[in-house]
Amino acid sequence: MTWLETLRTAYDSLRTRRLRSALTMLGILIGIAAVMLTVGLGQGAQKQVTDQINKLGSNLLIVTPGSTTSSSGVRGGRGSATTLTIDDAAVLADPSVAPDIARVAPTSGGSQSLVAGTTTWTSNVVATNAEWLGVRARSVAQGRFFTAAEVTSESSVAVLGSTTAAQLLGSTNAVGQTITVGGQNVTVIGVLNTEGSTTGGDQDDLVVMPLTTYASRLSTSANPRSVSTIYIEAKDATSLSAAYQETTNALLSAHGVTLATQDFSVSSQQAIVETATSTSRILTVLLGSIAAISLLVGGIGVMNIMLVSVTERIREIGLRKALGATPRIILRQFLVEASLLGLAGGLAGLALGMLGAAILPRLVNFPVAISPVAAAAGLGVSLVIGITAGVYPASRAARLAPIEALRSE
Amino acid sequence: MTAETPWATDLAGDAAAVERPLTDGALLELRGVSKTYTSGSLDVAAVRNVDLVVNHGDYVAIMGPSGSGKSTLMHIIGCLDVPTSGSYWLAGVDVAGMGESDLAVVRNQRIGFVFQQFNLLPTMSAWRNVELPLIYAGVSRAERRRRAIDALTRVGLADRVDHRPGELSGGQQQRVSVARALVTEPDLILADEPTGNLDSTSTAEMLELFAELNQQGRTIVLITHEHDVAEAADRMVVMRDGSLDEPTGARR
Repeated sequence: MTWLETLRTAYDSLRTRRLRSALTMLGILIGIAAVMLTVGLGQGAQKQVTDQINKLGSNLLIVTPGSTTSSSGVRGGRGSATTLTIDDAAVLADPSVAPDIARVAPTSGGSQSLVAGTTTWTSNVVATNAEWLGVRARSVAQGRFFTAAEVTSESSVAVLGSTTAAQLLGSTNAVGQTITVGGQNVTVIGVLNTEGSTTGGDQDDLVVMPLTTYASRLSTSANPRSVSTIYIEAKDATSLSAAYQETTNALLSAHGVTLATQDFSVSSQQAIVETATSTSRILTVLLGSIAAISLLVGGIGVMNIMLVSVTERIREIGLRKALGATPRIILRQFLVEASLLGLAGGLAGLALGMLGAAILPRLVNFPVAISPVAAAAGLGVSLVIGITAGVYPASRAARLAPIEALRSE
Repeated sequence: MTAETPWATDLAGDAAAVERPLTDGALLELRGVSKTYTSGSLDVAAVRNVDLVVNHGDYVAIMGPSGSGKSTLMHIIGCLDVPTSGSYWLAGVDVAGMGESDLAVVRNQRIGFVFQQFNLLPTMSAWRNVELPLIYAGVSRAERRRRAIDALTRVGLADRVDHRPGELSGGQQQRVSVARALVTEPDLILADEPTGNLDSTSTAEMLELFAELNQQGRTIVLITHEHDVAEAADRMVVMRDGSLDEPTGARR
């Protein structure tokens, strides 16, 4: 008996018990679909986080002030100290001090109320230098970004995020309009391209203006030269760790502190990505293992049905043996039946998973990434489950004595 | 007699170990066949020391009441079971000591079964039921269909090829199973109570069919507990308490 004939016989047998076969497949189907979706969600989440962090800019290092310790011993949160200044940024921008650093963008700022005509809007002011646009990998949609000369001359200019421009000025061309920021008149010279939302909030609701202008007119800080964050762009990906070292060393000597008393912290984009990735990986593994348990239950379902099938078809088995089926052929037939159940369940589960992956992102605004590798692995696993679940029932069928099987009622 | 004296086996030639069939022209030959079932500590002999020779072209009825051991004998003749002792040659081959896989091949090639319960697969059409033994014989699909339809034509069911067993009468179902027995062109047709589930009209038709097949040269062994049915055969042997008894003059 050829494999093709075995396959045909198994298919016929499953087809004649359509409902039962379909219900048995359902277990595998749900299991595979659940595994595909949870893994897909996990990978989608991972990709989303990575994308968001990459949006910050490439080859980025972020320097934030250290924490303060009050006289009563209460330690403030990271960034609560005002130890970073514009001068630190100037030191880091010096290529003789830090040759692996390409650009430096110190930023400061805070929430300010904006007024344009009769419209008011509260937005976040980012006070920085001309390098910010490049370091943060942003671009200008209309008008232009401010220049280094405008920073030096404390010009009253501002570049708006697309959300801010739309809220404040509606559909009118924002460029050239005069608005007030915290009561100070500034001229809008450009609008940024839309970036979208990230975990950090709407990246398009902001006002970017020169750090010098902000420090002299709007800052409420005790030290107007202090900045909240310094963004550093390394020359390329390979010089990132060198840039990290140079930044740390330059700031340690500039602040006159040691590693033990360090009053700032430097984090690399890579470190942030790794943290975020490992978090979502734990989630993926957790959800995936729950889904895998449902797959296991599905496999036990296949085994159960195959055992029932052997008992129920004992006369058929006896007849087939009487007509010349060897134990090996019977074994093969039941194994192939179980494998077909598993494989068909896997295929249906894969289809359902892909359907879910297409529909789910529209409902929950969350990407689902189903990779071909995961799809192939899912099919392979369902086949293996089918075979595994079939071994015991099939060997029972094969061992049946033909007369016992024929005699049974 | 020990293993160190190999010549001793020659001296044992007259013992139970017979090395070839004794009768010329015999299709099947049973010599001293016994089958003992162990039930707890009790040994129950279902078949005791049976000798039977069936020649090519014979039509033999094995008759006996239920419990006489005729079913057990039928299982042994049909290679569905092996004897506890004795020897059995089928078409010149000793099958008494064969394993299950080899027996399956012998059944497939040498024997066509007709059962009391018909034993048709209810979900398959008549021709799909008839082709079953050919699947295990490795015959191609097209050839199987041709031969299945041919066999169904021979039993008068050419117009019922695509009917399922449920759509056929009892007599027709038994004809399908006869077609299934014929389709491999076996040496022996072994019918176990073939009329047990049939009405008298169908029984008569079935016996006619067997007589016709026998006239065409088929060897038929028929097991029955009905005297009328056994009468239809050329030769009758009677099974009683596990032993075989051939009434004198039964051979016609």
